[in-house]
Amino acid sequence: MAEETKAPSASAGASHGESRPERSGGDRPERSGPPRGPRPGGGPGGPREGGRKFFRRKKVCKFCVEKIEAVNYKDVRLLAQFVAESGKITPRRLTGVCTPHQRRLSRAIKQARNIALLPFAGRAQ
Amino acid sequence: MNRKYELMFIVRPDMVEEDLNKLISTLESSVSSAGGTAKSEVWGKRRLAYRVGKFNDGIFVLMMIEATGATIHEVERRLRVTEPVIKFLTVRTDEELKRIDKIKKLRDAKKKVSAHPAPAAAPITPAAPEATTETPATAPV
Repeated sequence: MAEETKAPSASAGASHGESRPERSGGDRPERSGPPRGPRPGGGPGGPREGGRKFFRRKKVCKFCVEKIEAVNYKDVRLLAQFVAESGKITPRRLTGVCTPHQRRLSRAIKQARNIALLPFAGRAQ
Repeated sequence: MNRKYELMFIVRPDMVEEDLNKLISTLESSVSSAGGTAKSEVWGKRRLAYRVGKFNDGIFVLMMIEATGATIHEVERRLRVTEPVIKFLTVRTDEELKRIDKIKKLRDAKKKVSAHPAPAAAPITPAAPEATTETPATAPV
């Protein structure tokens, strides 16, 4: 037990200073000792706690959610949501669009560019 | 074999409406004379996303054509020859429409399937009525 409680305090001391870890080390086991029993075990996994703080919402494919089947080059407003300001097609990893829809989307964007509905580069004037 | 196409073209912004109508009607007649059907709508003047030649905007026209590939070829040739036409784009849509129809049908079928067995399942398993009533309630949502 002693080792487990010390581990997080040591990591906190590294970041804040040397005077604090004594207080926090004293407070923690009293308040959150019993319910957090298993967690200090993961204490050495300090970065894991940090990962929890940045809770990232899972991205979902807009086309699947809203059930948009037809991705058409004429729908400029829809396509413009997936084009960066530079005129580039936004990658899937940023928008969360699923692969089949991204395929159709990119085709539609390219068609729209050809007919001057979307810019090849830069913003539409 | 007739296929469905979408043909969009842009004409220069200073084109007179009469000339535009004449152009559209000649295109339509050339399609219909080859045994196809054409329906056109004029979007009107729009800003171009980039400069084309010396134009910053143009009049957009969309034509829904159902015709053979050879007819489309002929129409495209005409557009290329016609001077006021700045740009055009032809897209074949029949496959896409077929796919969408298929998905729609599938979805409708699923809705019907999920609607029917829910009441049928309840009387069969009266032992666990709570479980059976809960599942259909959550499924449509």
